[in-house]
Amino acid sequence: MSTAIPRSFPHRHLLGIEHLEAADITQILDLAETFYALGERPIKKVPTLRGRTVINLFFENSTRTRTSFEIAAKRMSADAVNISSSGSSASKGETLLDTAKNLEAMRPDVVVLRHSFGGAPHLLAKNLDCAIVNAGDGQHEHPTQALLDAATIRRARGRVAGLEVAIVGDIAHSRVARSNLLSLTKLGARVRLCAPWTLLPRGIESIGGELTREHTRVVTRLEEALDGADVVMMLRVQNERMSGEAPRFPNTREFSRTYGLSARTLAWAKPDAIVMHPGPVNRGVELSPEVADGARSVILDQVEWGVAVRMAVLYLLGGGSTAEASA
Amino acid sequence: MARRLAHEIVEKNRGTRGLALVGIRTGGLLLSNELGRLIAQAEGQAPAMGAVDIALYRDDVADRVRPAIGPTELPFELDGMRIVLVDDVLYTGRTVRAALDALADYGRPRAVQLAVLVDRGLRELPIQADFVGMHVTTDPRERVKCTFSGDGAEAAVKLYGPAEGT
Repeated sequence: MSTAIPRSFPHRHLLGIEHLEAADITQILDLAETFYALGERPIKKVPTLRGRTVINLFFENSTRTRTSFEIAAKRMSADAVNISSSGSSASKGETLLDTAKNLEAMRPDVVVLRHSFGGAPHLLAKNLDCAIVNAGDGQHEHPTQALLDAATIRRARGRVAGLEVAIVGDIAHSRVARSNLLSLTKLGARVRLCAPWTLLPRGIESIGGELTREHTRVVTRLEEALDGADVVMMLRVQNERMSGEAPRFPNTREFSRTYGLSARTLAWAKPDAIVMHPGPVNRGVELSPEVADGARSVILDQVEWGVAVRMAVLYLLGGGSTAEASA
Repeated sequence: MARRLAHEIVEKNRGTRGLALVGIRTGGLLLSNELGRLIAQAEGQAPAMGAVDIALYRDDVADRVRPAIGPTELPFELDGMRIVLVDDVLYTGRTVRAALDALADYGRPRAVQLAVLVDRGLRELPIQADFVGMHVTTDPRERVKCTFSGDGAEAAVKLYGPAEGT
């Protein structure tokens, strides 16, 4: 790690895994290892980003991601300001761009944005003079989640390349699935996507072009998805994004029986397979409590790596002097 | 040169009890390991060894390529220890300033001393070394480079003019 040639990070923003090369991802993961070790010392704070300002602008509910970004910024000695939609002028009818322009006038170095519309962070990146980090945009991408998942897998299994990863559940509404599909295939893993046809968007395996098409298998039977899998990533059924639509599956109990992970179904995966979930978990729906709390669950490791990965991202983007680099 | 430094360190600290050598990554680490080996050889007892990476404590994060960060390893309790920070070249003093800040986050040593192979002058902070291999008068445009043989036993110091060796 220390012998690696210093490499400048060629991006000013983190809008999606889509824009990253495998080397960019590896650079973030390597840095995250350093920051992870920092979390184990009594004094967890370093002065690296002293005097910098990070604004967490969250237009969707979030506990984990917002807290994780806030802790990451504070451990780097940056000043973190949190804005959530309920307490903001958005509820008075201000547009996203107006809100963002007003925040820009207060001269932040980084704006972390979560928004229910895909592409919202890209809009800010085009119009604001500071680094933008996408903390989840609609059903599009959630890059830091994919990065922390890759870091967790790398620590648990020693590598990502060559692994078989099953992503199971509500693929249709999941930005986590999209970002992970892109990052895992870029890092050399093979991915199985598993859901009922009603929760599988057509062409999902081609979102990353040739690379994802060749390394992804789309299946509808859980047993087929789990057979020989090294990693099982379960997704939450996002009922809040389906309100007012025709139902995508008969009822929760049937979904749970067909696509839920329990001790019985986990036996189809490799004996040392790890179980992941981006949270929040619907206990008893996609994941049985015995598996969620079991020895093979790395769900809380994911949360811990989340802080380390976000520190790495802020470190690479927060200095704010790479003006010539593009997104 | 390294042998004399090792001797001076032991002399000033009256042995190796409560003594720790902490190399500043990456140049200082090689010298630190060599000094540790020489001290162990002469005294029959090795001092505690550690390494510190100062990338996160720099005061110029915005101006440069983000360096790779190696691990900071201090596998001993710092409180009450006599720490000798080791670096290859002492120049502006900013690296040492950063290393002192890093050490302070791990504990409260009894004393911190500084050992360097080359002091090239041109300080920008009020910092000086306790143990110096050699003093060289330099110009800011020149570069000083220390190279170590594979096992760190041999050290060579080279001075490059402004135009040469990048």
